[in-house]
Amino acid sequence: MKPFRYERARSLASACASATEPTAKFIAGGTNLLDLMKLQIETPTHLVDINPLSLGDIEETAEGGLRIGALVTNSALAADMGVRRRYPLLSQAILAGASTQLRNKATTGGNLLQRTRCPYFYDTTKPCNKRVPGSGCAALGGINRMNAVLGVSDDCIAAHPSDMAVAMSALDARALKQLRLTAQPGRFRSTRSIVPPATPRILKPCWRRVN
Amino acid sequence: MHNENVALTVNGRRHALDLDPRVTLLDALREHLGLTGTKKGCDQGQCGACTVIVNGQRINSCLTLAVMHAGDEITTIEGLEEDGDLHPMQAAFVRHDGLQCGYCTPGQICSAVALLAEHKAGWPSYATADVATAPVLTDVEIAERMSGNICRCSAYPNIVSAIRDVAEGGRR
Repeated sequence: MKPFRYERARSLASACASATEPTAKFIAGGTNLLDLMKLQIETPTHLVDINPLSLGDIEETAEGGLRIGALVTNSALAADMGVRRRYPLLSQAILAGASTQLRNKATTGGNLLQRTRCPYFYDTTKPCNKRVPGSGCAALGGINRMNAVLGVSDDCIAAHPSDMAVAMSALDARALKQLRLTAQPGRFRSTRSIVPPATPRILKPCWRRVN
Repeated sequence: MHNENVALTVNGRRHALDLDPRVTLLDALREHLGLTGTKKGCDQGQCGACTVIVNGQRINSCLTLAVMHAGDEITTIEGLEEDGDLHPMQAAFVRHDGLQCGYCTPGQICSAVALLAEHKAGWPSYATADVATAPVLTDVEIAERMSGNICRCSAYPNIVSAIRDVAEGGRR
């Protein structure tokens, strides 16, 4: 792992101010980022620990939906009775991925922002447009049974790594940016997810993982 | 780049450490505190040999930084015994022969102890047919909930029976 400077965030504003360097990263659960840092696929020089921030709540919205904080863990979201009763699809999708140990650390924001799980992204001896833009895609002619079928391009055939995000898309959830940096317009620095009100359905959707 | 001062509370004892921020919780426990019960297997969050309990929840200690755990209550396999007696889960693993080589066992036992607390709190799993209900802890539920702990000796049937025994209030 490359050396980095570690900082505990004191407030949302100070976290964003601290993370102005292009090689700075936020860390929350760390289950994806630290794995990639050990492989030196991610090499931040400054790590801002956002765990002290108050982003860990699941709140009811005025429209009858849920507002899910970026730091809500996967376990807490899957076990939330409001989610289990009204959006069982979301609970099931989260529980279909990883293990309890990982879900206890992994967060909602981190889950949405995690990097691809394509094996060629992890293999630094092979080209990967996501890791080194312009280098090519080794998965196209490689072992790609676990890669995507729909929504692919000539540059990348990685499947989206998140079960949770697919369920949220099916539920018409939106990601809310809470803060953005003026120095880097449009770059997500903090996310919250919103799940809209549950609409009555004749068929109750359920999650079945097929790979 | 400089070291960080961090106070870790492990098995009820507070330890002041001066650590490179790159040190994982696993390496801090093993290399800096000499608590070698927690094992390093894959070092990438897949095998579960490094499982410890932090603030009541089981996590992979290989995928978290030690400096991120100031003020947390960390419990390792060394902290489960009570006044020299094995924890009921440790005793059940011995009684049910829930191991062969034993390398994954500290992680399995920490995981199993936390599993019972999660089940008591009503958490569902992927094996739960209706996630809106509090699930019964069947063997299928136990196996799914233990899926983050790999055993290359494949002691799985005995691990499940040890956990079921403790869940049902088995012998101490």
